[in-house]
This record gives sequence, C-alpha cells and structure tokens, in this order.
Amino acid sequence: MALLQMQRIYIYALKKDRKQILELLQRRGVVEVRSMLKEDKVFSKSDFSVVKQSLERNISIAEDSLNILNSYVKEDSSLLSALQGRKELPVEVYDSFREKYKPTVDIAKRIIELSKIIAEGKAEVLRLQTQIEIISPWVNLDIPLSFKGTKYTAGFIGTLPKPWTLEEIYERLAQYMPLDVNIISSSKEQTCIFVLCLNNNKDKVYEILRGMDFSHPSVSIDIPPAEQLKSIMQQIDEVKKNIDASIAEMESYDEIRNDLKFLYDYDTMRLEKYEVLETLLQSKNVFIITGFIPKKDSNALKEELTTKFESVVELEEPRKKDDVPVLYKNNGFSEPLEGIVNSYSPPGKGEVDPTAAMSIFYYALFGLMLSDAGYGLLIALACALGLYKFRDTMERSMKNTLKMYMYCGIATIFWGIMFSSYFGDIFDVVAKTFFGVTDLPIIPPLWFYPVEKPMLMLTFSMAIGIVHLLTGLAMKGYQMAKQRDYMGIIYDVLLWYILLISSVVLLLSMKMITNILGVNPNIPDVLIDAAKIAFLVSAAGIVLTNGRESKNWFKRILKGLYALYGLSGYLSDVLSYSRLLALGLATGIIGTVVNQMAAMASGGVLGPVFFTIIVVLGHFLNLAINALGAYVHTNRLQYVEFFGKFYEGGGKVFKPFSINTKYYNVKESTE
Amino acid sequence: MMEILNDYGIVLAVIGAALAALIPGIASAKAVSKGGIAGAGIITENPSLFGKVLILQLLPGTQGIYGLIIAFITFSQIGVLGGSNDISFVKGLLYLAACIPIIIVGYTSAIRQCNAAISSMGILAKRPDQFGKAMIFPAMVETYAILATLISILAVNGVSGINI
Repeated sequence: MALLQMQRIYIYALKKDRKQILELLQRRGVVEVRSMLKEDKVFSKSDFSVVKQSLERNISIAEDSLNILNSYVKEDSSLLSALQGRKELPVEVYDSFREKYKPTVDIAKRIIELSKIIAEGKAEVLRLQTQIEIISPWVNLDIPLSFKGTKYTAGFIGTLPKPWTLEEIYERLAQYMPLDVNIISSSKEQTCIFVLCLNNNKDKVYEILRGMDFSHPSVSIDIPPAEQLKSIMQQIDEVKKNIDASIAEMESYDEIRNDLKFLYDYDTMRLEKYEVLETLLQSKNVFIITGFIPKKDSNALKEELTTKFESVVELEEPRKKDDVPVLYKNNGFSEPLEGIVNSYSPPGKGEVDPTAAMSIFYYALFGLMLSDAGYGLLIALACALGLYKFRDTMERSMKNTLKMYMYCGIATIFWGIMFSSYFGDIFDVVAKTFFGVTDLPIIPPLWFYPVEKPMLMLTFSMAIGIVHLLTGLAMKGYQMAKQRDYMGIIYDVLLWYILLISSVVLLLSMKMITNILGVNPNIPDVLIDAAKIAFLVSAAGIVLTNGRESKNWFKRILKGLYALYGLSGYLSDVLSYSRLLALGLATGIIGTVVNQMAAMASGGVLGPVFFTIIVVLGHFLNLAINALGAYVHTNRLQYVEFFGKFYEGGGKVFKPFSINTKYYNVKESTE
Repeated sequence: MMEILNDYGIVLAVIGAALAALIPGIASAKAVSKGGIAGAGIITENPSLFGKVLILQLLPGTQGIYGLIIAFITFSQIGVLGGSNDISFVKGLLYLAACIPIIIVGYTSAIRQCNAAISSMGILAKRPDQFGKAMIFPAMVETYAILATLISILAVNGVSGINI
C-alpha cells in the first residue's frame, strides 16, 4: 500500500533527435511533462497552433467519416465488445502508416462528400416527386402547359376546385360559343380543364372562368406534360442511380474502416505530441524536456536515452513546493479500489494511500449489505467469466471494475452463508411447495437469521463500524508518523483511542444499553473503574491538547472542549453503520416475498413454469436494486465515515505523456 | 365494549402496514419520476452518462422498498402472512404506531433526496468525472430513511413480544 515515489526529470537533447525522442517517450509512457524552467533569451517555447489545428481537423474528419460509415455499413459488434478492449497493433504497422496517411485522409474526406451527395440526391428525388404530383393530372393533355393560344384562338389551361361536368362548364360559357372545353382529369378536389375560345372573347371567357375560381397550374412548361413526366422519371432514375453508386462506393470503404480508426488514433497521438512540444523550451539546436517520472522507471529511461541519442538526463528529488502527481502501487486485491479512491480524490500532499486499508472493509461491507449467497455467486461468476474470456485484451480499468465486483461477490457469498440466504429462502420454498418437505430449514445459517435476531445484527453492525472507525483513526496515526508528527500521534490518535475504547466499555457496563442490545458482557468491576479513570484522563488530555495550534490558553481550552464534543460525532458515525442491518434485511425480505409470491402461483400443471418466471424476474429486480444500494452505501461509509477520520485528498493522478488511443493499442516490439 | 374493539385490533395493524407500503411508495414514485425528468434532459446532451444518471435517479427509490419491508414484517406477524391473528385493540394500535416512522420519514426523505439527486445530476452534466462526489450528496439524505426503517423494524418486532 503505497504511492510510487516520483522524481523530477530533465532531458536535454539535440533538436535533430526531437521526433524520435518524443515518440520513444510517448511509447514508454512514464513521464508526465510539466514546465519547470523559465523562458530566457536562448530558450523559448514555440507555437504549433497551426499544426495542431490541422490535426484536430483530421481527427474530426476521421471521426465523422467513421460515424457515417457506421450508419451505412453496421460494424458487427457483440454486446460484450466493451469488455474486449482495444486491438493490439505492432509498432511496425504504426511506422508504415505514414505512407497510407494521405490516401486515408482523402478517403475520409470522400466518405463525408459521399454522404453529402447521398443526402442531396435524396432531397432532389423528393423535389422531383412533388413535380410529378403536380404534373400527373395533366398527363392526358397533348400540348404544353405553357400554351396560351394561336393566332385566332386563346387557350386556358388550369384547374377548377371541386368536380365539374362538361355540361356544367358549357352552360356557364354558352354565350361565347364557339369554344371547346376539355376535361383533362377530375378528382374530388379539383377538375383540370382546357378551354379554347376565339381571341375576341378571351377576356370575357377568362372573367367567367375566374368566377368559377379558375387557377393556372403552378408550373408552366414548354413541352407536353406526358413528355415532361417521362423526363422527370428519367431524372429520378439518374439521381437514384447516383445515390446507389455512392452507397456502393461507401460500402466498399468498409474494408478500410480499420485504417480510418487508425487515422483517428494516429492523429490523436500526434496531437498529444504537439501539445507536449508546445511546452518544451527550445534553442536553435537544443531542446529541454522537464517533468515527473516514477523512481522505478527513471534509471532505465535515462540509460535508454543516453545510449540511443546524444542527450543528457538529470534526475532530481521533487522539491517541497512541487505538486507531485500520484501513482498508486497496490496488490491485486486492493488495486481494483483505486478507482473508488480516485472518485473521492487522489491522495494529497503528505497523505498516505488509503486503498489497501479500505479494501478489506469495502468488500466486507458490500457483502454484508447484499448478504445473499445466490446473488453473490451470480455476480462473482459473471465477473470471473468476463475476466477469463477477455483476459488478454481487456483494458486495465475494465479489468479492475470486474475484479472489484468479483471480490464483492465473494464477500456476499460469505455473508449469505453466515446468514443462510440463498436467493432469499429458495431452497426451503421449493422443498415445501414441490416436494412437501417439512423438515425446514434445509440449510441452517452458519451463524444466525438476521430477521429473527435484528438486535444482534444491529450490535454486530455497530461493532464492525467501531472497528472500521478505529482503523481510520489508526491510519491517521500512520500518516502522522510519516510526517514525523510524533506528538500529534499521542494527542490526536492515542488519546482518542483511549477515550473511545473506555466509552465503549462504560456504555456496555450500563444496564440500559445491554438490555437494548440483548448482550451480557459481564464486565468485571475493576475494568469498569479503570475505564472510568481512562475516560476522564483522556478527556482531560484532549481538552488540553487538541487546540494546541492556539497560543492563547483560553482559546486553546475552548478549542479543546469543542474537539471533545467530537465524541458525539463518533456516536452518529457508529449509528450510521445500522444501514448494514437495514440493507441486509431489505435484500433478504424482498427475496422471501418473491419466493412466497412464486409459491402462491405454483399450483396446477403450469405451476412450475409460473414459479420459475416469478422467481427469475423477481430476483433479478431484487439483485439489481440491492446491488445498487450496497454499492452506494459502501461508498458512503468509506467516504464519509472512514475517510472523514484521516483523509482529505486533493492530489493529482499521474498522467504520463503516452499513447491515449481509442481503437488500437500500439504494441511495443521487443527491440 | 373492549371485546368489540378488540376485534378491530388487526384492522389497525393492517392499516399501519398498508400505509407503510403506500406512503413511502408514493413518495418514491414521485421522486423517481422527477429524477427521470431531470435525467432525460442530461441524456439528450450526453447519452454516455446514462448509467450514472440512472443510479442517481434510482437513489430515492429505496424508500418505497423500506416501506415494503415494514409492511411485510408487520403482515408476517399479525396473521396475514403468518404469525397469530389474535391482535388486541391496543396491540393493533401499537403496530400502527410502530409503522409511523417509516411512513412519515420515508415520504419526506424520498422527496428531499430526489432534490439532492437532481442537483447532483447538475454536477454530472458539467463534470462527469466527479460521479463519486455527486453520488454522496443524495446518499446522505438516505441515512434518515434508513434510521426510520430501523426503528420501525425494531418496534414492530418488539410489539409482537408485548402481551396485551
């Protein structure tokens, strides 16, 4: 349980090696680059914003083209692909990508262009289809819609609202004979007509037609509608062919999807490199990299850099003011919980890594709250299966999450056996309903049934709480020892230990308390007297010392008294662990209710089917909601009660200059 | 007179249990729906936060479950789902009283917890990496629902042992 020691690193090298050195550092991924030196006349930082912009543009082109490609050609990915992790790519492929770079960018651009072509084509088809709708009533007209008349005649082409018969129209226009009326088509909404009259009557006829709500068609074309229709059809065919061709071309790019992904990763890496480059101090021929490196990696890197390149590497212990980044080092049992600590806050300056100390409690508390062997087994098995199946390729963070839940599941199995909870009381219910067994329970609890003895469970929960809190206090002592504040250990840790333990003894000697808890500790009188004295002495000690940062004695005593009042805080902290009882009971009781409901429905031929359905669904829901509860409240107990005793956080996680890719994991070849 | 009243003892006990399932259940439904409305807004902006938002939305759903537990324990002791149904008037009243902590605290804490959860969703929307902290704020409110559940469990268990 510890944090890795960090060192300052200064790398001085020649500019001609800059690219190689940076790529080497990126692949090693052990240096967090930080500016530590000031600019002067010789050394200054350079500006790479133009290059960075073009890289960012390429990254977004690659991303867009991948998204577009995905919407046309689905990538086959299974539900479990999240567990799979990134693909590994040998470093040679990485190096050879430089030749492919330009064509890949072009293809990415082409894909975006194609998607535009397809979208525009679809819009064009829509536009043409509306034209067809307008023209189709006129198909039977064998003259163009724009026809206005001949030398002696005038033509009117247009529509009348509602259906009209030929007679009705002739009736209206009778006085202006001779004329010719044709109904081109008619529907419920409108009647399309063509009226030909003498030029002399043109205005009069038009007036009457206007009176009948005559209107000209919304398009006016110089060729007959039938021909026009044909040409539109042809246009649609052409556009559709174009769309099909574009889609086909798009689909053909499925093969280079991996190149696109790699383009994304490649430029992400390059972008990161330029971001580092911007922070470097450079002169005409020399550049300087400064940053932090874990001590364990520093000598290897120094040797590699100095042998391969003409360079000088200086290592130095971090200075007092340095905001040193945090890198954990834990064993496989506690490592999965680093994420939990990080989501509170990484250890700050001078703080110890709490991960190892909290790990055993974390798993145990989670198990106590879920406390069902069946659920625990499901969780542990699912995680173990995932871990086994994708053991080679899984990302570290995913691996840790699964490991964490696997350990939580194992702890849940343990407590489930202690309290005899297997999917609620499934064994008893099945035995009773289907086999008529009366000799229950089938599997008695290793310890006791919490439902039958809730007070015992409550006492046990609080006892666990006291142990957890005292461990937190011990961590405070450990931390102070590291900071060489030995007097602080006595004042802030030892005195509190004495105070807390003596209060517990005194409380247990009170009849009222033991009656409530249902325990009978039989503490000898000598011990009670000793506890009384210890309580008074430690309380006095706390009043005198806990305000020691104040010089003024009056203030100091007041502060000390206030610190002693913190005892009430411990009381509420301990009571907070009663949630172990409440959440544990919740799982067990809901599980039992589910089984009872299933047993009620188990009569008849189909009974076992209903039974199974209810049991599976009910327990799935119970597991989901209670696992969520257990997770949230385990975190709460760690963050509020445990960390509250010694831990503040505020550090920064070590973020080395490395390969942060999305799709590929560039694998270092063994050189 | 007392004998007639004693017939109604079990009625009071059932009323207590029913209210324990009912009132916190209503509150949880309200709270989860409010959380869902707020969460839906965040998901439109950033669908990858779904899992985390869902957890925050579900936090105030537990009060309904606590109510259910109390109702179930009560039912299993008054002859509805087991136990003896010989409940005197006073005993019935005691069962009703034992259910009151979870009825009242369950209701108010679910609503309050949902307000805290919605504020935490705000944290999540702006700083998705701060989920651990965002989750703790609403979880603090839940403590009181847990304490009320605990007292109701202990009280219902205790009442069954009293001989009146």
